[in-house]
Amino acid sequence: MTPVSYYLVLGAVLFAIGVAGVIMRRNLIVIFMSIEIMLNAVNLTLVALGRALGSADGQVMVFFVMTVGAAEAAVGLAIILAAFRNRHTVNADEIGLLRW
Amino acid sequence: MGVGVFAFLGTLAVISALGVILQRSPVHSLLALVATLLALSGLMIGLGAVAIGFLQAIVYVGAIMVLFLFVIWLLNLQRDPGEPGRLAVKFFGAIAVAALVAELFAFFVRAPMSPMETSSSYGSVDRLADLIFSRYLVAFEVASLMLLVAVVGAVAVARRWPGDEARPNGAVGADRPVLQQARRA
Repeated sequence: MTPVSYYLVLGAVLFAIGVAGVIMRRNLIVIFMSIEIMLNAVNLTLVALGRALGSADGQVMVFFVMTVGAAEAAVGLAIILAAFRNRHTVNADEIGLLRW
Repeated sequence: MGVGVFAFLGTLAVISALGVILQRSPVHSLLALVATLLALSGLMIGLGAVAIGFLQAIVYVGAIMVLFLFVIWLLNLQRDPGEPGRLAVKFFGAIAVAALVAELFAFFVRAPMSPMETSSSYGSVDRLADLIFSRYLVAFEVASLMLLVAVVGAVAVARRWPGDEARPNGAVGADRPVLQQARRA
């Protein structure tokens, strides 16, 4: 059996890749995909820890994370659509009306 | 699941996640993201969470990724015009991410647990449904309400309101004095 710490380290690496994408990319859609990577890295961590503790509660949490992720994708993509319609760009640097 | 299968799926997930953030074209990023999510769902199935693993493949790869693809196609983003340098942000971002990896690695690598032997019903739909409809019933109901609100909100944000067409390019909120002031400031 693969030790649980392997799964945790893999989850950490994937989460960090997601963070790097959010920091470094300017394309709103790619930023969004990076957020999905982070959500799924945490999902893997939850499943691995649930297995280590022998309980199914971690899987229920993954279920709810998926629900939130789906809602977030729908609302976020709608916001990207609206922003693109108004500004004709998906570059995060050029959409700065709310920045102080 | 053996270490070999884990190494294969984990390497696949990491390489394709790097592909998501390093590729120019959003469509290629999306394909790499699909590969990442499929590898993760394979890992979950290997951990015994069979129902969740298949849900992951169906919900993410089947539904959410199609939504992404649809938006990319709708916005006609096949070619990314390229991003300006911003080397400082990338440099400090890389340092911060390296620090994050090191910290999480130090936390996790010494986790003393090994996977418990579980019964064959672990991760089955039965077991999940028992939990969701008893201990997590309230959370389940709240989640359904949240999905409803998200659908209504997404439609409200994305639809074309009367007068949207009249606005010239860039004149956001021409009909809203507060926004105009914020713009001038």
